[in-house]
Amino acid sequence: MVIKGKKGMTLREKFWDQRYLMILVLPVVLWMIIFNYIPMLGLIISFKEYDPYLGPLEGFIKSRWVGFENFVEAFTDKYFISSLWNTIYYSILNLVVGFPIPIIFAILLNELTNIMFKKFVQTVSYLPHFISWVFVVGFIYVLLAVDNGLLNGLLLKFNLTEDAIPFLATEKYIPPIVVIFNVWKSFGWNSIIYIAAITNIDPTMYEAATVDGAKRFAKIRYITLPSIKPTIVIMLIFSIGSMISPNFGLFEQMYLLSNSMIQDITEIVDTYTYKMGIVLSRYSYATAVGLFRSVVAVILLTGANFTSRKLTGESLF
Amino acid sequence: MQRIRKLNEDSVFDIFNFIFMCFIILVTLYPFYYVIISSFNEPLDLLNGPVYLWPRKFSLSNYAYVLQDEKILKAAFITVSRTIIGSVSAVLFTAAFAYGISKQRLLGRRFFIGMALVTMYFSGGLIPTYILIAHGLRLQGNFLVFIIPNLFNAFNAFIMLSFFRGISPEIEESARIDGANDIIIFVKLIIPISMPILATIALFNGVFHWNSWFDALLYGGRKLETLQQYLVKSIQSANVNAKAASFVSTLSVSSTSVRLTTMVITAFPIVVAYPFLQRYFVKGIMIGSLKG
Repeated sequence: MVIKGKKGMTLREKFWDQRYLMILVLPVVLWMIIFNYIPMLGLIISFKEYDPYLGPLEGFIKSRWVGFENFVEAFTDKYFISSLWNTIYYSILNLVVGFPIPIIFAILLNELTNIMFKKFVQTVSYLPHFISWVFVVGFIYVLLAVDNGLLNGLLLKFNLTEDAIPFLATEKYIPPIVVIFNVWKSFGWNSIIYIAAITNIDPTMYEAATVDGAKRFAKIRYITLPSIKPTIVIMLIFSIGSMISPNFGLFEQMYLLSNSMIQDITEIVDTYTYKMGIVLSRYSYATAVGLFRSVVAVILLTGANFTSRKLTGESLF
Repeated sequence: MQRIRKLNEDSVFDIFNFIFMCFIILVTLYPFYYVIISSFNEPLDLLNGPVYLWPRKFSLSNYAYVLQDEKILKAAFITVSRTIIGSVSAVLFTAAFAYGISKQRLLGRRFFIGMALVTMYFSGGLIPTYILIAHGLRLQGNFLVFIIPNLFNAFNAFIMLSFFRGISPEIEESARIDGANDIIIFVKLIIPISMPILATIALFNGVFHWNSWFDALLYGGRKLETLQQYLVKSIQSANVNAKAASFVSTLSVSSTSVRLTTMVITAFPIVVAYPFLQRYFVKGIMIGSLKG
C-alpha cells in the first residue's frame, strides 16, 4: 500500500505529501481571511474616526482614536433610538404572529387524508420563499395603491369605504402589512421542520388512539403536540435568540416601502446603518451602530443557546 | 346516534380543514395570478380599475414596451450570467474546501473547521465589508463583485462535509493505488458521486443570485444593473411619480403596467422552474435541518 509509512515524517514532509489536498483547501482559507476576517478586524474603526480619503489601509491604521465617542453619539441620536425600538417592535410582532402559524399549518396539513392534495398544498406553500422581496414589495404596491389598487378597488366596489385609503402613506397600516407579508413569504418554508417532526411520530400511537375512540382534536392535543414539543421549544428559543440579528428580509421591505409619509415607522437599525454608512459615508459611526447591534445579537443568541442546553439538552454551539 | 355524532365531528373537521387549505392555496397563488393577468391587460384600460379574474382587454403591448428597453435585456443578461457563473463557481469552491476537511490526515484540519464555524456566527457587518470590496479591492462596477464575495458559504460547506464523510473510502483507495492525486480524485470521483447534493446546493445558490439586488445597489452602479435592481427602480420611480400619475396616463403605457410586466419577467424563471425542482429544494432543507 502506498499509504503506509506516514508516521515519522517531519511537518514539512507531511505538508508536501498532502500538497494536492492543500491546493483544494487553502484558496478557501485565504478567501475567509479576506472576506470574513479582515472585515471583522475592520470593526475596530468603530473606535476611530476613519478617514476614507487616506485609503482603506492607511485610513484604518492612521485614523484618530476616539474611544466610545461614536457609540455615545448613537445613543444621543433620537433617530437611532427610534430605529432600535422599531427593530425590536417588528421583531416581536413577527415572532408573536409568525411563530405559531407554521406549527398550526404543519399540524393541519398532517390531518389531510388525500396524499395528492397534501403534497400540492405543501408545494404551493413553499413557493413564496423562493420569490424575491423585491417582487413581494412590488405586489404590495399594486395591492395597496390608492389609484387602481386591488384592495381599494374591492373596498370601493362593495362600498366599504368612501374614498380610497392611502395604506402605504399611513403609519398605522405599515406594521400589519409588514407582518402579514412576512408570514406569507415564510410560513410554508418554516413549517418544514415541524412537518419532518410530525412524520417521525410512531403511527401506531394514532392507531391505538383511534381504537380507544379518540377524535381528531384529541389526537392532535395528546399525540401530535406533545411529540413535536421539543422541536417547538428549540425553534422558539432560537427565534428569540436571533430576534435582533440582522434581518435582510426586513431591511428590504423597509427600504422599498419607505417614503416621506411613513419614514418614522420604516426606519430600522439596518436602514439607519445603510443611510449613515453608505449614503452619508459616515463609516466609523455606521460601523459602531452595526457593532453595537452585533454584540447585543451575540449576547441574545448565546443566552438562547445556554437556555436551550439547560432546558432541552440541545444546542447550536 | 353515537356513531353519527362521531362521524360528524371528524367530517366537520375535515371539511373545515379542506376549506382552510383551499384558502391557503388561494392566498399564496393569487398574487402571482393577479400580477400576470394585470400585465396582460391593456395598460390604459387598467387605469379604469383593477382586473380580478381575467384581463378585461387582452393585450401584449406591455411586453412589447418593456422588452424593447435595452436596459432590461442587459439586466437580464447580467442576472443570468451571475446566476450560472456564481452558483457553479461557488459550489466547486466550497466543495473543494469541504472535501479537504473531510480528510482526517489534513494538517490544521480542526483549525480550518474552526475558522469556517466562526464565520457562521460573526461577521464584520455592512460597512467594513463595503470598505473592503469597494475601496480595498476596488471591485465596484466589476462583474466579479457578484461572484467572488459569494464564492464560499460555511453552512453549505458543512452540509457537503457530512455528505463526503459518508462516501466509502475504498472508492478512493483504488484510484490512489493507480497513482491519482487528491485533486484528480476530487474532480473525477467525488464530484460525480456527489452530484445530487452539489446540484441541490447549486440550486439554492442560483435562487440567491437571481434574487439578490442589494449588492447590485452597493457595487453595481449603472453599468451592472441586475433584473431585480431594474425592478427596484421601476418600483421606486412609480412611487416617486405617484403624484404625476395623470401625466403618465397620457402615455401609451402606464408606470403601473410597466412595473407589473417587469415583475412577471423577473419572477418567471423561478415560478416556472419551481414545480419541477421543488423536491430538490426540500431535500436541501432536510439535510440542513438535520445538521443544524
